[in-house]
Amino acid sequence: MTGFLLRRIAGALFVLFALSIVVYAIFYVAPGDVARIACGPRCSTAQVDQVREQLRLGDPVYVQYWHFLQGIVAGRDYSTGTALAHCDAPCLGFSYQTDQQVTQLILAKLPVTASLVFGAFVLWIVIGVGTGVLSVWRRGRLSERVLTWLTLTGTATPVFVIGLLLIIVFCSTLAWLPFPQYVPFTEDPEQWMWNLLLPWFALALLESAKYARLTRSSMLETLADDHVRTFRAFGVSEGAILRRHALRGAVAPVIALSALDFGTMFGGAVLTESLFGIPGLARELVEAVKVVDLPVVVGLVMVIGFFVVLANTVADVLYAVADRRVVLA
Amino acid sequence: MSLIEVTDLSVRFDEVRAVDGVSFTLDPGAALGVVGESGSGKSTVAYALLGLHRETGASVSGTVKVAGVDVLTADERELRGLRGGKAAMVFQDPLSSLDPYYAIGDQIAEVYRVHHRVSRRAARARAVEVLDRVGIPDAVRRSRSRPHEFSGGMRQRALIAMALACSPELLVADEPTTALDVTVQAQILDLLHELRAETGMGLLLVTHDVGVAAESVDDILVMRHGKVVERGPVGSVLASPREAYTQELLAAVPRIDASDTSDVRPGGAETAEPVLEARDLRKVYGKGKQVFPAVDGVSVSVRPGETLGVVGESGSGKTTLGRMLVGLLTPDGGSVTGTSDVQMVFQDPASALNPRRSIGESIADPLRARGEKDEERIRARVGELLVRVGLDPTLYDRYPHEFSGGQRQRVCIARALAPSPRLIVCDEPVSSLDVTTQAQVLSLLDELRRELGLALVFVAHDLAVVRQVSDRVAVMRRGRVVESGTVAEVYGAPKDPYTKQLLAAVPALDPSVAAERRSERKELAEAA
Amino acid sequence: MTQSLALLGTEAASSSEGPAPGTRSFWRRLRAQKAAMAAGSVIALLVLTALAAPLLTALAGQDPNAYHPEAVDSAAGGVPLGSFGGIGAEHWLGVEPGTGRDLFARIVYGARVSLGVALFATLVQLAIGITLGLAAALGGRWTDQIVSRFTDVNVALPLMVLALALLAIVPQSVPRPVLIALVMGLVGWSGVSKLVRAQALALKHADHVEAARLSGWSTWRIARRELLPSLAAPIITYAALMVPSNISVEAALSFLGVGIKPPTPSWGQMITEADTWYQTAPTYLLIPAGLLFVTVLSLTVFGEGVRLALDPRARTRVLRAGKGSAA
Repeated sequence: MTGFLLRRIAGALFVLFALSIVVYAIFYVAPGDVARIACGPRCSTAQVDQVREQLRLGDPVYVQYWHFLQGIVAGRDYSTGTALAHCDAPCLGFSYQTDQQVTQLILAKLPVTASLVFGAFVLWIVIGVGTGVLSVWRRGRLSERVLTWLTLTGTATPVFVIGLLLIIVFCSTLAWLPFPQYVPFTEDPEQWMWNLLLPWFALALLESAKYARLTRSSMLETLADDHVRTFRAFGVSEGAILRRHALRGAVAPVIALSALDFGTMFGGAVLTESLFGIPGLARELVEAVKVVDLPVVVGLVMVIGFFVVLANTVADVLYAVADRRVVLA
Repeated sequence: MSLIEVTDLSVRFDEVRAVDGVSFTLDPGAALGVVGESGSGKSTVAYALLGLHRETGASVSGTVKVAGVDVLTADERELRGLRGGKAAMVFQDPLSSLDPYYAIGDQIAEVYRVHHRVSRRAARARAVEVLDRVGIPDAVRRSRSRPHEFSGGMRQRALIAMALACSPELLVADEPTTALDVTVQAQILDLLHELRAETGMGLLLVTHDVGVAAESVDDILVMRHGKVVERGPVGSVLASPREAYTQELLAAVPRIDASDTSDVRPGGAETAEPVLEARDLRKVYGKGKQVFPAVDGVSVSVRPGETLGVVGESGSGKTTLGRMLVGLLTPDGGSVTGTSDVQMVFQDPASALNPRRSIGESIADPLRARGEKDEERIRARVGELLVRVGLDPTLYDRYPHEFSGGQRQRVCIARALAPSPRLIVCDEPVSSLDVTTQAQVLSLLDELRRELGLALVFVAHDLAVVRQVSDRVAVMRRGRVVESGTVAEVYGAPKDPYTKQLLAAVPALDPSVAAERRSERKELAEAA
Repeated sequence: MTQSLALLGTEAASSSEGPAPGTRSFWRRLRAQKAAMAAGSVIALLVLTALAAPLLTALAGQDPNAYHPEAVDSAAGGVPLGSFGGIGAEHWLGVEPGTGRDLFARIVYGARVSLGVALFATLVQLAIGITLGLAAALGGRWTDQIVSRFTDVNVALPLMVLALALLAIVPQSVPRPVLIALVMGLVGWSGVSKLVRAQALALKHADHVEAARLSGWSTWRIARRELLPSLAAPIITYAALMVPSNISVEAALSFLGVGIKPPTPSWGQMITEADTWYQTAPTYLLIPAGLLFVTVLSLTVFGEGVRLALDPRARTRVLRAGKGSAA
């Protein structure tokens, strides 16, 4: 088990390292005046030159990359244009467009995205697994067909369509809910919840379709297994077979996928964040891309990539632990 | 009152009549063996006894009464009471027959609690009790293990324990030993024998192996195409079968105690150069601490026109050895010298042929790979090869699924013959075939060996089959050859204790011989 | 020859292996599924519409980029004149609020972009995924390690993230639809490559592949003749579900403003713009959103149908799960 974990962590670190090279290559080796792009359109020529000096863009590419890595591991100094500032490790750079350290900026956005992902996560597990179990329980009946079509509809509807419809119905037409506007939990927990309700549901409805299908197919697969036949042949009731044996077969895949999605959502809820005006990581990335704020883009891709790699690793470990049949080697 | 009373039972799946008007009875405490080849409907009958066809889409007619329950008309509650309570069933593959996620003791306890209103603890205690009874050592501790932590034989014991838990009046066993090695099979059959004597429960044993039935039952029922061919006491049916099909079936069964000397063959000239010689072959799997040698220093040689039998149980390394001989695996040590004209016939002809290519194309592969481009010459050669293996030469454009298992194996043999090899390695070539088909394929191989002067390496688990086809035999265990010599030496006067154990485990067709073997096995076990 | 031909005959043995492999039985099983056939018809209609876009708009007498200020109420901020967004004989689906551009023409040309980009992106993903997957499975240990890590990195960069970043950097002179399809193709292949690798690894030591190896064929020839045909079914199944997903992604990119740039019409971009108009001109939102939904749903249902038709066991597995006897 320890060996397995160590190997997985080593693999994850390697992927992160490779990811940083790829990101760095894409953004810093791309054609165009990187210093001008990184500094932003408002910079004067002098400022651009200063940025060029700071980012050491005159150096060979590998030296530039080395400094970039050094910043992450040990921190580095930056000129903000007027003064010299120190950026502590892990330093992901400095945004000349917003006059902020990227690390600080990301840390400020993290709780916002976490609020969105966590609530949606709970909802989609409950709705998804519930629907899946129900459709297996009612298999062969009309209600199963209805559930199957609902799930298909969920899979086929883009999140921004679901989101728009939710806003139109609940905010405009019925006016039951406020137009979503993010309120930090620390400020007002109740408003935090009311404002996040629609985004949670928009995200959860889409995701839960996937979970319903996964739960359903794993349960059906288990039900077709020989051991279920054994328990039927020994007089165990169908309800007990579903509860004890079929559901158990769905545990490992559902847990693994949950871990994966949970991590991916930190950078993957782009549409939901944009649509509902939630100032999270993904939306920040969209904004940064639109104004070509390169340091922020690079930093965000690294952080989001980190969550994905982490999620992948955790999913693998959880699958192995939950499955119990998989030999950890 | 009879324990089982089946009258005019028919089972249909869609358009296929799997069971067609079967009637039989079984008295309490008696044992009946249902024997037949694949597609005979024998397992379908067993399933019908517990009403397992309900809601599977099969249409079942006739009457089935088991322990006083009318299975086809009983309501859910009554049926659940029968299943496991009055009649328990043991299935073929013990690994897939248990839930991989739960401890074995918990699974037995779960079943026990379906039929008895007792506490979890009491049920758990009962589970340990029955596990102990079926010979699981250290039952308290092992009851907490999950199925994959058990060996195949232990899993089958656990399944039998589950069946025993509620003290049923009837045990239905569907090919209970087919997935097991021959020594383990003997242990399981002995266990069933003991349990029956001790508890007085009735036994219905479904098997394709006449020998297994001869070991374990009083009466035998031979089935074919969904119908009963013959029924009678096992001794008389096996000794003097009345029906033509039973006679054919019994004639096809390879005998380990063959007294006829016709199979003593001159074989390859002792002095001839070996076609193939392997020295000190090694193959290691895994790495780090979990290294295990699949083949550990094996030397064999094959002379022209000779058949070398390689026999062993699962995990003995015989398949790995075969693959190294043809060059599909690279040895980690040792050397293979001699001809490179080596081909292979695989175990499962269904997977050995690409389902998406016509059989002619598959057979022509080696020809094309050797640069033959003339379509007419290729077709002519493939036609010749098809005739050579007893198939119609016009079948070039047919696809594998249009053939039966035996025919497919003939196609595979034709493909192996295509490049005119000097040696063919056959890896369990008949183990997936029914016994009558098996006999035909074996005689084809023997004929090819004689007429073409081919050398064969015949890798198999079945000692009787190996005896029938081989000149010399090597017995493998845990990657090593424990004994080798001529057929007469190894089978007539085995020296290695493992060889003796293997031979004693082979089911005998004669019930009196079977009883003898049983006591022989007991002695061997006590000596060990 | 002691074995007689008569014993075996030429009659095809009754096979228990199920239906014949081959395209004919595939179509038969596909046709048997009503939902899939209905979805297929919808897709066919959409494809025809996209192909015949110039013809259809000419028939309607409209141009997707022509402004019709007379069709909107500029006093009310550009709300289309007439009921239901200006639907009528002149403008079959009404007009775009603000500009008065003909909605039918824009929808029809938008279908071209949506379907074209999704299809092209899928082809790129398949080409990269199949090549890398096969290389990982059939190459040596190091090739496998390198390709697999590379795939992991690709997975760690969420498609949307990298697409956003790349689209912002690449010069605007590159035609947008082609660029978007390429970007989607370059970042979305990891699923195919993982699938192909796993399947090829499983098949690599199948007996019929080993037999082909003994025949003396090269690795490349074995991959082409023995592996790829067997991989076709899972790949097609997967690809059938990649197309609708790519349509959603393209719409999402356009929705975010980093996809198709105006004036090229795209459904996703129309939905974004409709965001501000849904109270005064709801049809402007409902038509592209509804079409997007119908397209993705049809493709998904059709993809499911293809899966069931290619793998008849998928359905039997469900049947085998049975009802049990006690309900």
